[in-house]
Amino acid sequence: MGKPSDLVQGTLDLLILKTLLPDAMHGWAIAKRIQQLSGEVLQVQQGSLYPALHRLEQQGWIKAKWAESETGRQAKFYALTTAGRTQLEKETANWNRLSAAINLVVSEA
Amino acid sequence: MRWFEQLRMRILMLFSRHRAATHLNDELAFHLDRQIAENIAAGMTAEEARYAALRTFGNPALLRDESRATWSWNWLESLLQDTRYGVRALRRTPGFTLVAILVIALGIGANVALFTVVRSVLLKPLPYADPARLIRLYEVSPDGKFPFNNNAPGIYSEWKKQNQSFTDIAIYGYAGYNLSGEGGQLPENLRAATFSANFLPTLGIQPALGRNFTAVDDQPSGNPTVILSWGLWKRRFGGDPHILNQTVLLDTRPYTVVGVMPAWFSLPDPAIQLWTPIYYKEPASFMQVIDSHDFHVIGRLKPGVSPNQAVNELSIITRRIHNANLSNPFVSVGANIRPLLESLVGDLKTPLYVLLAATGCLLLIACLNTANLLVARAAARRKELAIRTAMGGTRLRLLRQHLAESLLLSLAGGALGFLFAFAALQWFITTRHDMARSEAIAIDWVVAAFSLLLVFAFASFAGFISAFSLRGEQPLTTLQESSRGSSAGHARTRLRAALLTIEVSLTVVLLIGAGLLIKSYSRLRSTDIGCLTQNVLKLDINLPPARYPKAAEVANFLETLLARVKDIPGIRAAAFISPVVPGDGYGGDSSFAIVEHPAAAQGKMQYAVHRWCGLGYFTTIGIPILRGHTFTSDQQPGHTTQVIVSQAFVHRYFSGEDPIGKHLNTLGKRTFEIIGVVGDTRVQLGAPPEPMMYFPLYAVDDVNGAALVIRSDSNITQFASPIQRIVSGMDRDLPVSQILTMDQVIGRSTLDNSFNATLLAAFAGLSLLLGAVGLFGVLSYVVAQRTSEIGIRIALGAQRTQVLKKVLVDGLRPALIGLALGLPASAATVDLIKSMLYETAPIDPAVFAMVAITLLCVAVIACMLPAWRASRLDPMQALRTE
Repeated sequence: MGKPSDLVQGTLDLLILKTLLPDAMHGWAIAKRIQQLSGEVLQVQQGSLYPALHRLEQQGWIKAKWAESETGRQAKFYALTTAGRTQLEKETANWNRLSAAINLVVSEA
Repeated sequence: MRWFEQLRMRILMLFSRHRAATHLNDELAFHLDRQIAENIAAGMTAEEARYAALRTFGNPALLRDESRATWSWNWLESLLQDTRYGVRALRRTPGFTLVAILVIALGIGANVALFTVVRSVLLKPLPYADPARLIRLYEVSPDGKFPFNNNAPGIYSEWKKQNQSFTDIAIYGYAGYNLSGEGGQLPENLRAATFSANFLPTLGIQPALGRNFTAVDDQPSGNPTVILSWGLWKRRFGGDPHILNQTVLLDTRPYTVVGVMPAWFSLPDPAIQLWTPIYYKEPASFMQVIDSHDFHVIGRLKPGVSPNQAVNELSIITRRIHNANLSNPFVSVGANIRPLLESLVGDLKTPLYVLLAATGCLLLIACLNTANLLVARAAARRKELAIRTAMGGTRLRLLRQHLAESLLLSLAGGALGFLFAFAALQWFITTRHDMARSEAIAIDWVVAAFSLLLVFAFASFAGFISAFSLRGEQPLTTLQESSRGSSAGHARTRLRAALLTIEVSLTVVLLIGAGLLIKSYSRLRSTDIGCLTQNVLKLDINLPPARYPKAAEVANFLETLLARVKDIPGIRAAAFISPVVPGDGYGGDSSFAIVEHPAAAQGKMQYAVHRWCGLGYFTTIGIPILRGHTFTSDQQPGHTTQVIVSQAFVHRYFSGEDPIGKHLNTLGKRTFEIIGVVGDTRVQLGAPPEPMMYFPLYAVDDVNGAALVIRSDSNITQFASPIQRIVSGMDRDLPVSQILTMDQVIGRSTLDNSFNATLLAAFAGLSLLLGAVGLFGVLSYVVAQRTSEIGIRIALGAQRTQVLKKVLVDGLRPALIGLALGLPASAATVDLIKSMLYETAPIDPAVFAMVAITLLCVAVIACMLPAWRASRLDPMQALRTE
């Protein structure tokens, strides 16, 4: 992805929230996980990742904590909040509806 | 719970922003390190790994900024940042900062002070219950010359009985008492007022201590009662809380103190210190007359009644009384009203609004000056701005920073100005304590809000103009150009010259206003009052009727006093005059009829100002005796038959004939022979001379006081104490009051004229100074801009005087255009101050010419130094400094 557009920014939020659903992780791990889960298709740039993480934190969907990482260094771990979980469901539903609609239009030959 | 998280984040971002910033750095560093580690694991060397990581990472500063852009309270952070930068930038140029703050403080301070005065005196409602319904009532004289005449008590009684429009109307008048000293205190003569028992209830207020007069107190058979003013209670009685029901000696008679007025109460007059019941003080017979207008009336309109209805009703009642007394030419024919507030401060409206407008002009001039300074400053920092833009500063951000600086200056100037205003108001209150409602002048929250508004308006105006001057700046060309490029500054010079032109026009308007007021005041002061004013002193002596009941005793006292005073070495002459000396007010009038002339038509008023004077008065005070002679020594109490008239009297009533030997029927059907004609005197500076009749001092039985007039060769004030000692030696309880030289008497009556003229002149002078400084600044800037051009001209053979002339003309151009605009602008607006001018036409060619010449001289002086410096340029130096 290049510079995030509005649509892309919304989906990045969705991806981050989904990634954080199982457990808390730091920014590097989030980027790697998204890359992994999407089969190396989606490569999140730092330029869009960290602004998104900070924005989500300011809005209260995720909360942060400093803890020791797997390498032994201190890192900032993000975790979903309860409100964040609700938001995730809403965004997933939205995305499904949207993508279904786009699919319908695109597959109309 | 989301709101909780959000709140937590907001608090965190507000108070531990620094820690959050450090964490952000750590977070990004962590990510970078993991990327590098990954690269190394993929097989790159440490160097390559690092470069590859950084390449994918992008600009760390930009990344940091974008992350921070999502934080809350960003606006506060940039505001604080702008403030810090602004303070730093201003500290770097302390001279500019100090001058700018001072100029702003002057402009805002003057405005705030005058706004406070206007608001407190003219706009704030009176401190009484429902003040909009309070009305002052007047009578209309039969000849129509006095539509707002004082009231006759007999007519007031009828109004009170018959009216339907008022919930209540009350009558009041003026008086004076000698307060005897107790416990070593000196006796004092105090200005007092009398009012009816329903006066305070009509206003809707109660005394601060004690009670109002009751109906029982307010009758001739009542017990003597008095209400003190707050100031008198504090000053003379030490604020004693047990003052109520104690007695004080007024005119040597005991009066019981029943109340103390609130500190802010100042009706009818700020100088009043005592109030007594009117129907107790004045004889009952006097309170029934319908043709002597010595009192004043106020009333409270009933709800739902319009002022017009009330006037009509009262006029009908008055006319009925008039028609029932057609033989009496002094009974009023109608009534008139004014809202109470307007009756108190109506005269002050024009002068105060003129002064307010002047301060507005001054503020505008200060604003333009500051804008000018800021434009010059912005021009000097063009390179800095270009660098900032190149580094990524948006136009908006730079504009905000610019405005922050101008706002900082305005806030500092505003705070200082507020202090100035406070000090100025204290000075104003003490100097103009004679002004109505001066006790109401106080700074309140409206004034504070107004000052803040001024500060912001000032900041925006100055800031936007100077920001406007930088529009269209291209960073690249700015960084490339040499420091003395001339074309880049051209538009800016035009802007500065335009600002200066407006400044000069406003200065011209102020100067002309001040010039007219000064001319009017000097005309007023140089008017001949009709008598000597140098080395003449007057003192008032009032003998209480209780101790001096008979006219013979009064005469005895006064003559003894006169003899002793004349014995004092150094006193050239002394005499008595009652009630007042020339220039000290109207003093009352009496009707008369000329015996030898046909009787005046029924209903036609004939009256003249009356005075009672002792022997030697005219020679003492320097009034020339034009015909006949002064009183003979046989004019004793009970046997006075002579009268002397003034020149104006002769012109009006004896034109073409000799008045000597004719007789006047006056002072209650007595006959007096005219034995002399004296020169005219004015009752007030600026008033035309009125016809006057001078009677001997003891012509009426109830004369119990007079003003003693003394003349010496020099240093007249040294005689006040000896005379006071003589008086207290003759009667320990007798005070001497109103000790003034004739100069002071006249000065007192022209206080407001001189005050307004002085103030306006001060404003005009300040704006002239600001304009001169502005001219100097602009021309220096222009010369600095064009140093190389001038250098080339000189090198190519231009004479130094040619250069001087050219630069001078360039510098004078904005001043000349400003003058050309300002003169017609003044001509248009100067009509507004017509009511403040005495014998001066608003469009006075002499004043306009003087102002134009003054302005040109000042402008030439201001431009001379830069122009001279330009002509002295060494061409080699000029061309080398690039």
